[in-house]
Amino acid sequence: MAVTSPARLLTTRQLWRRRGTKAAPYAFIAPFFVMFAAFGLFPLVYTGYVSLHRVRLQNPDAMSWVGLDNYTTLLQDEFFWNSLKNTFTIGVISTVPQLCLALGLAHLLNYRLRGRTFFRVAVLLPYATSVAAATLVFAGLFGRDYGMLNWFLGLIGIDPVDWFNEKWPSQIAVSTIVTWRWTGYNALIYLAAMQAISYDRYEAAMLDGANRWQQFRHVTLPGLRPTIVFTIIVSTIGALQIFGEPLLLQGGTTGMNGGASRQYQTTGLYMYQTGWQYFSLGKAAAIAWLMFLIIALVVGVNAAIVRYRLKRAAALTAAKPGKG
Amino acid sequence: MRTPPGRHRALAVLCAAVLAGSALAGCGSDDDKGGDSGSPDAPGQITLTVGLFGSFGYEEAGLYKEYEALHPNIKIKQNATQKEEVYWPALQTRLGGGGDLDDIQGIEVGRIVDVVNNQADKWLDLNTLGAQTQTQEYLSWKAKAATTADGKSLALGTDVGPMAICYRSDLFQQAGLPTGRDELAQKWSTWEGYLDVGRQFAAKAPKGSSYMDSVTGMYNAMIGQQQTFYYDASGKLIYDTNPAVRSAFDLSAKAAQDGLSAKLVQFQTDWDQAFAKGGFATISCPSWMIGYIKEKAGDATKGKWDVAAAPGATGNWGGSYLAIPKGAKHAKEAYELLQWLTAKEQQVKLFERRGSFPSRTTAISQVAATTDPYFNGAPIGQIFSQAAQKMPVQTLGVRDNDVKVAIQNALNAVEAQGVKPDDAWKDAKASVKAALG
Repeated sequence: MAVTSPARLLTTRQLWRRRGTKAAPYAFIAPFFVMFAAFGLFPLVYTGYVSLHRVRLQNPDAMSWVGLDNYTTLLQDEFFWNSLKNTFTIGVISTVPQLCLALGLAHLLNYRLRGRTFFRVAVLLPYATSVAAATLVFAGLFGRDYGMLNWFLGLIGIDPVDWFNEKWPSQIAVSTIVTWRWTGYNALIYLAAMQAISYDRYEAAMLDGANRWQQFRHVTLPGLRPTIVFTIIVSTIGALQIFGEPLLLQGGTTGMNGGASRQYQTTGLYMYQTGWQYFSLGKAAAIAWLMFLIIALVVGVNAAIVRYRLKRAAALTAAKPGKG
Repeated sequence: MRTPPGRHRALAVLCAAVLAGSALAGCGSDDDKGGDSGSPDAPGQITLTVGLFGSFGYEEAGLYKEYEALHPNIKIKQNATQKEEVYWPALQTRLGGGGDLDDIQGIEVGRIVDVVNNQADKWLDLNTLGAQTQTQEYLSWKAKAATTADGKSLALGTDVGPMAICYRSDLFQQAGLPTGRDELAQKWSTWEGYLDVGRQFAAKAPKGSSYMDSVTGMYNAMIGQQQTFYYDASGKLIYDTNPAVRSAFDLSAKAAQDGLSAKLVQFQTDWDQAFAKGGFATISCPSWMIGYIKEKAGDATKGKWDVAAAPGATGNWGGSYLAIPKGAKHAKEAYELLQWLTAKEQQVKLFERRGSFPSRTTAISQVAATTDPYFNGAPIGQIFSQAAQKMPVQTLGVRDNDVKVAIQNALNAVEAQGVKPDDAWKDAKASVKAALG
């Protein structure tokens, strides 16, 4: 009561003004939420709605309710499971080397180099290239009969590799394109985090007689831990969505199939094939939702592990107070 | 921190400029496509847009220029997508959304039943614009396939794909084989005969050359000789019980296992390059492939290619239609252009210049004497006309394309990955199930 009584004394104008000041922050952030609702939330929910129907691309208005049929079909679909397996293996062989390379690259870029800015911009260039353009060039390099890579292997006496048709080479080819595009981006994120590490720590380490490698292990890496966690989560999400590179490696209907026997068909690509080659929008929407759930699950597990490790690390430092 | 504040501001301004620029570019590109038709042209001026896939060859054969000269008030703009499997889904979304359609759109024969059965409400009935008189000139099955049960003509045919074999006589000579087109046609009067010649070629093949590009070409040629393949006349899916399909698959798989294939995927970069580099000596050659070979193989192999009748001396593979979507901005003018492009005279020109074989009987009778210097003076008019005369009237199905793609992938897996034919066939069946389910 005591709170409301002064308000009664205010004029209407003052009341409006007060409301205005209160509402202003909401108004300022509203554009984001309006955009998010229109282009993020609505498609998400609508995709869920579509996934419960049988819809064909030729007549998207003609929807017939099928309940969870699309989901049960998918869970029994060998190609869906195959695509999950491929997504996982391609994800591992692209993300792990990518982040290791990025870390090394960032460490080098952190030195006082001549033309440092040039190198820092240069590593970001692949990221600015379009997936399509990069993939088409790589597809040319990986060509079996007339590709440059096999020509080069031939020079040193290695038999040509069929980078499209053999399972592991084709997955490595896809991963190479992903790694090429994203390494520089991650390197710059690491570099930014490295520069935030106080120089005093390095100085202290040097005084203790630590060499460069020891400095990297005991000063740089611990300082980067939150950043590394961030890049791992972002790269994992990216890896689960890999799609353009496998689609365009061979291109055409073979590309949509992820190779003649789906040897590198990722889940994103299977979703595309289901929607845009088979024209089954309902089933494609169901794949999209399953992908969303899987990504949420993987990121959740990721975060849980990180929290557990941080807790344990905190407990360890608390147990050994002398070490800090 | 060490950078002076001025530089930060400059950087911020630059970033903002780049962002704004890309945002504008993003908006701008929307109107680029077909923008000409949306904006009013000079008074009386009309820009017609033509949306096509692959190479219809109208632009290359100079037909648009010819039409523009005849109709000074018309400008023609072509929006071409190279791959049909990219073109068609994109067109579907625009048909569904009702926007940004071209005045004339190409339709591949593998999609025509879907259009006639399921999309008749999205395309103009060309009969209302005067097409009745036109359809009578066509090969009857070509016109019938584009006609709905209640008699609407949704599209007019461009070309059909009578089959032959195109081969490299220089590579044949190096392998010690005869090079005469009549002698070869006789040797491979059956598909078994074609494989026999292949085994002889493989025994003495020049380095880097295989007998055929991909067994999928041979498979499609064999299917093109059947009246019934994936669907029966009642529209039931029968590909997995149709002995003709299975035997075409088995013989193609055998060719792959005998090492007669260069293991390429058709319409992929490696395949394109192999035309010029002599990666293969023969290819199953629907007439539209004539133009494709000239384009990809280039001048270096001029006169080294030749054409002989295919095993069975007939078959049909591919061929297209032109249609006008509802929502086209200039339907009447579009129909005039469409009719002109598919008219007898233009079909004849297109065969002479590009090798696309006419679908009007009136035009077919005029091309019989055509020869092609690029193909060592081969009488392509005579060879393809004879193939067209024996062409079966095919039963087309609503999802033919999906079945075809699944089987092609399976055959590619046999030739390039060494998958066992039986396993590949099972995979193809599973793919068809996933596609149609």
